[in-house]
Amino acid sequence: MSNPAITPELIAKHGLSPEEYEKVLSILGREPSFEELGVFSVMWSEHCSYKNSRPELRKFPTTGPSVLVKAGEENAGVIDIGDGWAVAFKIESHNHPSAVEPFQGAATGVGGIIRDIFTMGARPVFLMDSLRFGSIEGDSEQARTNRRLFAGVVAGIAHYGNCIGLPTVAGEVYFDESYSGNPLVNAFCLGILRHEQIARGAAEGVGNPVFYVGAETGRDGLAGAAFASRELTEESKADRPAVQVGDPFREKLLLEACLELLATDAVAGIQDMGAAGLTCSTCETASRGGTGVEIDIQLVPQRAKGQTPYEVLLSESQERMLVIVKKGQEDVVKRIFEKWDLPYAEIGTVTDDGMMRVRNGKDVVVEIPARSLADDGPLYFREAAPFTPPAPLDLSTVPQADPSAVLPKLLSHPSIASKRWVWRQYDHMVRTGTAVLPGSDAAVFIVREANKILAAATDCNAVYCRLDPTVGARIAVAECARNLACSGAVPLGVTDNLNFGNPHKPENFYQLRAAVEGISEGCRAFGVPVTGGNVSLYNESPAGAIDPTPTISMVGRIDDAAHITTQSFKEAGDQIFLIGETGSELGASHYLLAIHGRKEGAPPALDFDKEKAIHAALLGVIRKGLVRSAHDCSEGGLAVTLTESCFGNGLGAAIDLGAADQRPDVVLFNETQGRIVISVKASDVSAVEKELAASGVPFRKIGEVTAKAELSIKTGANSYNWKVAELEKTFEGAIPSLMEG
Amino acid sequence: MPSVMKVAVIQFPGSNCDTDCQAALASFDGVKAEIVWHKETSLAGYDAIVLPGGFSYGDYLRCGSIARFSPIMGAVRAAADAGVLVIGICNGFQILCEAGLLPGTLMRNKGLLFRCESLHLRVENAESPFTSALTNGQVLEIPIAHGEGSYVADAETLKQLNSNNQILLRYCDANGNVSPEANPNGSLENIAGICSHGRNVFGLMPHPERVCDPLLGGTDGRGIFQSMIETVQKAKA
Repeated sequence: MSNPAITPELIAKHGLSPEEYEKVLSILGREPSFEELGVFSVMWSEHCSYKNSRPELRKFPTTGPSVLVKAGEENAGVIDIGDGWAVAFKIESHNHPSAVEPFQGAATGVGGIIRDIFTMGARPVFLMDSLRFGSIEGDSEQARTNRRLFAGVVAGIAHYGNCIGLPTVAGEVYFDESYSGNPLVNAFCLGILRHEQIARGAAEGVGNPVFYVGAETGRDGLAGAAFASRELTEESKADRPAVQVGDPFREKLLLEACLELLATDAVAGIQDMGAAGLTCSTCETASRGGTGVEIDIQLVPQRAKGQTPYEVLLSESQERMLVIVKKGQEDVVKRIFEKWDLPYAEIGTVTDDGMMRVRNGKDVVVEIPARSLADDGPLYFREAAPFTPPAPLDLSTVPQADPSAVLPKLLSHPSIASKRWVWRQYDHMVRTGTAVLPGSDAAVFIVREANKILAAATDCNAVYCRLDPTVGARIAVAECARNLACSGAVPLGVTDNLNFGNPHKPENFYQLRAAVEGISEGCRAFGVPVTGGNVSLYNESPAGAIDPTPTISMVGRIDDAAHITTQSFKEAGDQIFLIGETGSELGASHYLLAIHGRKEGAPPALDFDKEKAIHAALLGVIRKGLVRSAHDCSEGGLAVTLTESCFGNGLGAAIDLGAADQRPDVVLFNETQGRIVISVKASDVSAVEKELAASGVPFRKIGEVTAKAELSIKTGANSYNWKVAELEKTFEGAIPSLMEG
Repeated sequence: MPSVMKVAVIQFPGSNCDTDCQAALASFDGVKAEIVWHKETSLAGYDAIVLPGGFSYGDYLRCGSIARFSPIMGAVRAAADAGVLVIGICNGFQILCEAGLLPGTLMRNKGLLFRCESLHLRVENAESPFTSALTNGQVLEIPIAHGEGSYVADAETLKQLNSNNQILLRYCDANGNVSPEANPNGSLENIAGICSHGRNVFGLMPHPERVCDPLLGGTDGRGIFQSMIETVQKAKA
């Protein structure tokens, strides 16, 4: 089979603009081969090159005394956690593959992020997921499609994570029309390693052999990175071959074999084959090493006969790695990969000429300066539309709904309702470290081998981001930190997944820029670095762009097991405090959206100084052993928070919020930031009051935990009463009844 | 110093609860747990054998159906025949059934979805090497995590399991009632764990190794390992 001629049509089909093609010509000094055109196409896609977002990403704070590997340097950032131990963690999207093939799309998203972590030399220890779908309520064709996508994505994550033996310990799932046709699937993985175990993705040492290890290359996932960098259309189903097929069993073997190999002295560099497969891994390792890499396609283990060099180079077959081995230690690779029954092959060598050179037997099919390909890609400074701040909500236009009926309605909204149906499908206990189960503010995981307690949370309220991206992004960071504080943890670092629409549209690009600024402000305020992450643009369906969704995942540390705190009330008679003040805003609230069908107004304000003071005060009383439960206020406001704290131990609560001058719906359901509900022993009340008063944060005692499993809330002259069992039935039953009928 | 009990935790390709079992066993005094690779062929010197959970061989074909051909399985069978204690947890239970060391088989869960959650189990027979530290009717809270845990056997096998008191654990509610509502996966007669006729081979779908530490949600799994340790120590004394 001969290669097609390089025509303007073929260039356009590869997603390269005429200007980018000019750049290719000037780098090569000649017309590219068909294979080279494919290589440039994937390497210069947004997915691999961040050509539209890089100037913005530079704004993130990425340094700090605990940063061992910085964002962008390697496959994942690495943070010191003390005693010679470190964590590597990162979040990554698999949105487009999941839109056309939800099961495999989500499964391979999990597989990809796990590889990013063990490539760093870290043993993966847990997973989280942030998922978004269109509405799953009702009988419309769109709702049925969204249910199918939701079920498929959850099953795919379960398939991969359960089989490889990593617990999925936390996450978030939201349902909103803006994600119809373009769901978001963001997968997070954290791994643990000793400082001296950090592995590098550089092709070091001229003359060192280059090994290919792992699954054979097939035709799946051809040019997936380029596919991920386009908008989804009616025709996207035809892109199904761009979706990879995952084999978690192979990845489990690859993980064990690679960690065993990295524990030896045989490895000079290691890089996973993710987006853009063999192409990306060879040119990136060469570029990082300041060397060249030469490989022969004919030596690559292949699943199918008759694959062209173009296909082998651009395949995104899963569960493969590139390993630069120290010369003379080839037998170590052989021994370990034969033990694990995995394919391996020596496919090339590290050279000194800086070229990524690919041969097909005797013929050279690709010869490109590696550094130009990896680092000299195009860079665009896109135009951002001027932003019009949202008009504040006029409360008089919002009719007062009866709180007695509103609370059950909010609890049954799929975005607020229990996600047990989801996490029950995930093995969330394997590796025996899960100290706080999914469904809490933050997951808490004990890493046995390191004797460290970690906490992790992932958050983003995209409605806030839609209405004001800077404020929404600030809140996403603050909410993560608040969730960690509620579990007893201090934050260590952040990884972000920026999910946005087409950056060529100035309003979308504004959202990206504003969100990056909001995240940066948040990270600076809490003193945590961004350690890496992922950008997913072109999240659009024929109906338009998604709500901007800068997902934040934050990892924290708990110093003492006695500080681990959960959200459930523990014992009747315990006294309930609200830390933080309740304002009068309703804009962008879930109450406004779910009950009144309005996505408008300004999101709640966020004051970092107040927020930090509240977290510090909470941690202070937690560390003194004074707190029995802690739960923050987020979607659905104070009423939902109090309800959730009643679940778990068959208890109730009697609450008096005062606030006679406020509308009850505002008091119960508004989403003022920086609020935390705690419960304490009656005998500790004065100690808690003294501590909180000394820290200067606003707080008040609002009630007590009752043996009677009822939630009663008084505000002004109004009082409301719900049976906890009925609320729990509503909360737990919502998603199962939609999914199982 | 009591004599050290040596336990082999078999590592198949795709095992993923191997180190969890090893850590749980290591939390008992006088126990030494070692990971043994499935390509080994001898288990001489071990006092007990654990077939841990996971997805051996990716669960391809059928759960446990390929692992039973692993080289180590000859030694497992020989040890079982010689009376050595063998416990198969989750995928280990599936492997023991596929290998014919336990009767019956484990099918796809009713409802078809993978389920991971803490459940109640009733001790049906405390006179076995795996339950001797427990009492009849005792209710344990131990998590499950499986997609294929629905225990199935023909009527004759079921009759024999009952008459020989080989059913050691059944799914129940918090009060110990064995009811259809307490059955998470459609297992016949709510069966969660059975032992061999000779009592020294035990398979169960729940994961006792996950509840051996109060920080991880409970210690109800310890009784099963404690029973094994006491049995071995008694035999050695």
